[in-house]
Amino acid sequence: MKSINEIKEISTRIKRDVIQLTSHNTGHPGGAIGAADIIAELYFSRMNHDPKNPDKEDRDRFVLSNGHICAALYSALARSGYFPIEELKTLRKINSRLQGHPSRKDLPGVETSSGPLGQGLSIANGMVLGNRLKNINAKVYCFVGDGEIQEGQIWEAVMTAGHYKLHELCLIISWNDIQIDGRVKDVMNIEPIADKFKAFGWNTLEIDGHNLHQIRAAFDLFEQFDNAPTVIIARTVIGKGVSYMEHKPVWHGKAPSLEEAEVALQEIGPSSFGEDLVF
Amino acid sequence: MQLSGRDGFGRALLELGETNEKVVALCADLAESIRVHYFAEKYPQRYFQIGIAEQDLIGTAAGLALTGFIPFATTYAVFAAQRANEQIRLAACYNNANVKIAVSHGGLTCGEDGASHQALEDIASMRVMPNMTVIVPADAEEAYEATKAAAEVYGPVYLRLGRTPVPVHTQGFGSFEIGKARKLRDGSDVTLIAAGVMVDKAIQASELLAQEGIKASVINMHTIKPIDTDTIIREAQTTGCIVTAEEHSIIGGLGGAVAEVLSESIPVPLVRVGTKDTFGESGEPEALLTKYGLAASDIVAAARKAISMKKS
Repeated sequence: MKSINEIKEISTRIKRDVIQLTSHNTGHPGGAIGAADIIAELYFSRMNHDPKNPDKEDRDRFVLSNGHICAALYSALARSGYFPIEELKTLRKINSRLQGHPSRKDLPGVETSSGPLGQGLSIANGMVLGNRLKNINAKVYCFVGDGEIQEGQIWEAVMTAGHYKLHELCLIISWNDIQIDGRVKDVMNIEPIADKFKAFGWNTLEIDGHNLHQIRAAFDLFEQFDNAPTVIIARTVIGKGVSYMEHKPVWHGKAPSLEEAEVALQEIGPSSFGEDLVF
Repeated sequence: MQLSGRDGFGRALLELGETNEKVVALCADLAESIRVHYFAEKYPQRYFQIGIAEQDLIGTAAGLALTGFIPFATTYAVFAAQRANEQIRLAACYNNANVKIAVSHGGLTCGEDGASHQALEDIASMRVMPNMTVIVPADAEEAYEATKAAAEVYGPVYLRLGRTPVPVHTQGFGSFEIGKARKLRDGSDVTLIAAGVMVDKAIQASELLAQEGIKASVINMHTIKPIDTDTIIREAQTTGCIVTAEEHSIIGGLGGAVAEVLSESIPVPLVRVGTKDTFGESGEPEALLTKYGLAASDIVAAARKAISMKKS
C-alpha cells in the first residue's frame, strides 16, 4: 500500500491531467477534480488490478457511474499503464479511444460504458453477483455523483444490493451539493443521505472526500464489513483546489480556457508523480 | 395441446441450464408468466429475482454479462422495450454486452390486461438499436429453437415471445438460423411475410387465397433484425408484391423493415397488416386480433390490394 504522501502526489497529478486535458479539448473538469483523491487511493493503493491484464478474472472493478468525470478515470488508467500517457491528449477528439463519456468497447480498463446517470450501480451489482457465481472474492467499487442519486434506478439498485447483502459492493457518493442547475439542495433535495441508505440495509460511512487518511480508513472499514453493502458518503468540493471553480455549478461541464488552466495548475501545485503533458 | 411461445422459451431455458453453465436468468416479479420458474426451481443459484424494477433488471443483467455469463433478463415486452429502453441502449447495446432480453406478452394477444400491457411499439424501438438482434418466433417450437440460438450468438438479443397457444407451422422447413427466414408456402402471385402469431394467420390467409385461385407464398420472417434481405428481394422478384403481417404497429416494425429493403432494392407494392397507430384494449386475444385488423381475412384483403397495385 502506498503512503498517504505518495497518494497525495498522484491525486495532484490526476488533477493536473484533468485541467490540461479539458482545457485543450472540452469536458467536465469540476467533478473530475473533486474525485481525484478517492480515485488515486483506489487505483494506486487499494484495487487488485493489472494494467497489463485488464480482463483478469479476479480483479477488483471500478464502475464510474457518473461517466462525465471520466477525465479523472482516464488519467488514473493512463498513469497506471493501461494505455500510453500521450494518448490522454486525444480526449473527446474524433476517432479517439477516450470518448467524452466512457466507452467500454474502446478503452481497456473501462468496466462499463456510462454517462446517462443512474445506471452504474445496477451494473456493479450484476458484477458482484457474477463474481459470486464464479467464487471470485473481488470488490466492486461504484462511484456516483450526489445529483445522480435523484435517478430512480439508483434506488432500485440500492434495494437490490441491500436485499442480496452485496457486501463486496462499495458505493462512493461524491457529495459536493452541486449539479448543473444549481445546488442540489435547491434543485431537488437528496438529504438525509445516510438515513436513506441505512433504511435500505446498507452500512454507511461519512467522510471528508479530500482527506486521504479518512478515505483510506473508510475503505479499510468497507473491507471488513461482511454483512451488507457499504456506502461512503464523501463530502467533496467541485474543483477542489482551484479557487475560481470551488462550489460553482458552471464548472460541472465547462472546460477552462488555456489562461484559466494556467491559474488552476499554479494553485493545484506541482506533482512529483510523473510529468505534465506537453501540448 | 397447443403451446405458446413462452412455453417453448421456458423449456429451452431449462435445458440450457443443464447444457450451458454460463446461462443465468433474471426476473422482475413475473417468473411464472414468462415460464422462467422452471429454471428458477432447478437452478436457484443462477436465478436472480430483481422485483418490480425493470431498469435495474437490465442493468444487473448487463453486469452479469460483463462477468462472463449469458443472462436471460425476462419481463413483459412493454416493460423491457419501453420502460428500460435507455438501459437496453446503454448497458446492453452500447456495451455490446451478451444480454438476452426475453419478453412475453408482446402484442394484442396479451389480452384482457389491455392497452397498457400490449406492446405494439417494441419491435420498432428495439430494431433501431445498434448491436441488437430482434427475433419474433412464430410458435412454441420456434421459440425453443430461437432461445437456444440466442444463447449461442454473441451480443444483445431481444426475443419476443407470445402469450397465447398457437399451432405449430414452422417445423420441417429446415433448421432455425438467426437472420434466415423460413419459407413455409410457395406461391407466385403475392408474398405474405409474417412474424410471430401472424404466421398462423398468414398460412390461413394463403389457404383462403388459394380458394380464389391466388397463389401466395408465405415467409416466416422470425428475425426482424438482421432481416433476411435476400429472401425479401427474391420474393419481390418472383411474386411482384408483398404483404407484411405483424402483431405490432404498421409503423417501424416488420412492415417498416421490409419497406426499407424494398424501396432501396426493388420497389414493389407493399401493404402492411398491423395495428394502425393505435393502442389496444382489453379483450380476448382472438377477438382483439379481429377487431384491430389482424385476422386472416385482413391479410387476404391486403393481398388482393397488393396484387391490384401491381397491375396499375
